[in-house]
Amino acid sequence: MALTGIQIFKLLPKTNCKECGVPTCLAFAMNLAAGKAELASCPYVSEEARAQLSEAAAPPIRPLTVGSGENAVKIGGETVLFRHEKTFVNKPGFAILISDVTPGDEINERLKRFKVLRYERVGLTLRPEMIAIKNESGDPSKFETLVKKVKSETDAALILMSEKVEALAAGVKASSDRVPLIYAATDGNLEALANLAGENKCPLAVKATDLETLSGSAEKLIAAGLKDLVLDSGSRTLRRAFEDQVFIRRAALLQKNRSLGFPTIAFPCEMTKDPMKEALIAATFVAKYAGIIVMSDLQGESLFPLLVERLNIYTDPQRPMTMQPGIYPIGNPGEESPVLVTVNFSLTYFIVSGEIESSRIPSWLLVMDTEGLSVLTAWAAGKFVGDAIGAFIKKSGISEKVKRRQVIIPGAVAVISGDLEEELGSDWKVKTGPREAAHLPAFLKMGA
Amino acid sequence: MAFQIPQITYSGKIKEVTLGKGPKAVTIGGENSYPFHLFEGEMAHPPRIAMEVYDAPPEDWPETALEPFSDVVHDPVAWAKKCIESYGADLVALQLVSTDPNGLNRPSEEAAETAKKVASSIDVPLIVWGSANADKDGDVLRKVAEVCDGMNLIIGPVVEGNYKQVGAGAIGYRHTAIASSPIDINLAKQLNILLGNLGIPDGQILVDPTTGGLGYGIEYTYSVMERDRMAALTQQDERLQFPIICNMAKEVWKTKEAKASAEEAPALGDPRRRGILMEAMTAVVLLLAGADILVMRHPEAIKMVREMISDLMAK
Repeated sequence: MALTGIQIFKLLPKTNCKECGVPTCLAFAMNLAAGKAELASCPYVSEEARAQLSEAAAPPIRPLTVGSGENAVKIGGETVLFRHEKTFVNKPGFAILISDVTPGDEINERLKRFKVLRYERVGLTLRPEMIAIKNESGDPSKFETLVKKVKSETDAALILMSEKVEALAAGVKASSDRVPLIYAATDGNLEALANLAGENKCPLAVKATDLETLSGSAEKLIAAGLKDLVLDSGSRTLRRAFEDQVFIRRAALLQKNRSLGFPTIAFPCEMTKDPMKEALIAATFVAKYAGIIVMSDLQGESLFPLLVERLNIYTDPQRPMTMQPGIYPIGNPGEESPVLVTVNFSLTYFIVSGEIESSRIPSWLLVMDTEGLSVLTAWAAGKFVGDAIGAFIKKSGISEKVKRRQVIIPGAVAVISGDLEEELGSDWKVKTGPREAAHLPAFLKMGA
Repeated sequence: MAFQIPQITYSGKIKEVTLGKGPKAVTIGGENSYPFHLFEGEMAHPPRIAMEVYDAPPEDWPETALEPFSDVVHDPVAWAKKCIESYGADLVALQLVSTDPNGLNRPSEEAAETAKKVASSIDVPLIVWGSANADKDGDVLRKVAEVCDGMNLIIGPVVEGNYKQVGAGAIGYRHTAIASSPIDINLAKQLNILLGNLGIPDGQILVDPTTGGLGYGIEYTYSVMERDRMAALTQQDERLQFPIICNMAKEVWKTKEAKASAEEAPALGDPRRRGILMEAMTAVVLLLAGADILVMRHPEAIKMVREMISDLMAK
């Protein structure tokens, strides 16, 4: 974990040779601590210091990847307990569970749901990424067949679950190019699975019954040369599992505990039989720290809210979500339909477009690039003002889509209507809409 | 090396607030740790759920939300009783939507009468929520406070634009005020200071951080609440040590995803279960951030969230 500038300074040559580009070693150390310089810029640093410093620079929770190709799932790499302290970085992977004793029809249905349940939002595709394949039959060849099937029919990142080393070996053999997560190393099979994971360069999950044993097992695996581990504390009641998530995250960040400095895997599917409740348990782990969340099934009604929650919690709080600027037709509008203009802060867009939709009056919504600022902030920053909006409207191409030359502006910026009219010229009219988006349906229904 | 639980030391505590009167009065607050971090502190009083009642029949609710109340939507008193008798509500939240000047614009006196009728026919605490039009609420909530003298209602939203008017009513007629600020910790603190300066005792203030629905800004609410709790519990920020109330149901059920039918949105699954889950999931997220009271709508969502609270607090 991060050293202070002074701690780093002690490891440097202290010759003030200036070859790194700054006048003193102390200044260079300060830059290193702030992440503004690279150790490689110092030509004289000793091997020993280099090793110590790179060890210290390693992220407290190891980032790792399960899967390969475009749908590879990156997890871990988190640096904070609360998203407002910086941001959460790597969204937890959502996995659907498939067992080799599940009837074939049901397996096909699940694979189909895995493939079709996708949603477009703020220009992103929200989808589940992972499939956990469980060997319940005890038969390695049956397991291998299912792994092959899932691999060939989907792009899923795979989690291979079995209590038998032999079955896991067969599963890995069938899918090692897909870089599956092997689940799970326990006291009894630690060495065998360490070899399997090491030889195939696959990440390995570690499961224990409490954090002390978990940390001990992880330590052994690290000593065996493994780098990519995923932790399962074994708790399956909500309170214990929640607390373990908090403990593991804190141990990694606050105690710099290397043996717990890995992403976690949570199993709502093993915590309840009620699919609705399972979704709420999964929601808990989205907010509180899971790296992978395994669910017994995926249905639109539970998956969609979970995907949206995950998107929300993992949004960078320092950078607002933005919409692509442009013309958004709502409800199949025509050339006489109303034209409204707003900012490209995604929340504003969602609320405004939602209200227009609920009015059931087909409309054109123009979304202008305000760098993600909301209406009033963008106005105050001089980005959502008459001449800027006028120029945007003229360039947007809306004139080719409508005959009625009238644009509705948010009520909060009523003061700009004069400037905007001037900028647009005499054939356009500017109408001031309501201050609150909630009043848009009434406003539009009155014949705006 | 033995594993040591990495604990955080807290220096503050959320104030306790008692709502309502008599044997069914409800006390909330009193936490001295982050939400459900029971290994290093306690939640003296578990989070509670208030059930919504509207003062006019809802027009834009999806069938799922309307169905449990279809026999009582015309009568707020019957509605409130149903919430308590059929669904075991700990608190009732009367939403005075009909007073909205941009809607039905019913007079303040009428709203105050409705509030009084509901308050005197139930024995659980009553939250009275205005239309969120600062001017109108100033008048409506002031009158509600007056006609319900001494009933210890919970009235709001109290905002910077009407805090003197509503605050005076809360002091004079002994009610609890809901200090409402637009998802901003500094504005929240400032309003709490203003209410304190006005003379509202600490035991009569709740904070409404403004709630965004799932997919509609919940992350802002979530982080403001976490920051609020961090400041209150670890930085001794005394003017943020108040219980938090989230008026969330209306934010959930107005979204197009909660309303869409199976035909309109086949990929969104079963519309009934979807709506209920969206409400329950929003509740779970807010609980994890520090909510003390959730204003909720659907009985099944409420049942599930109660179970989640008890599982998270299970010994």
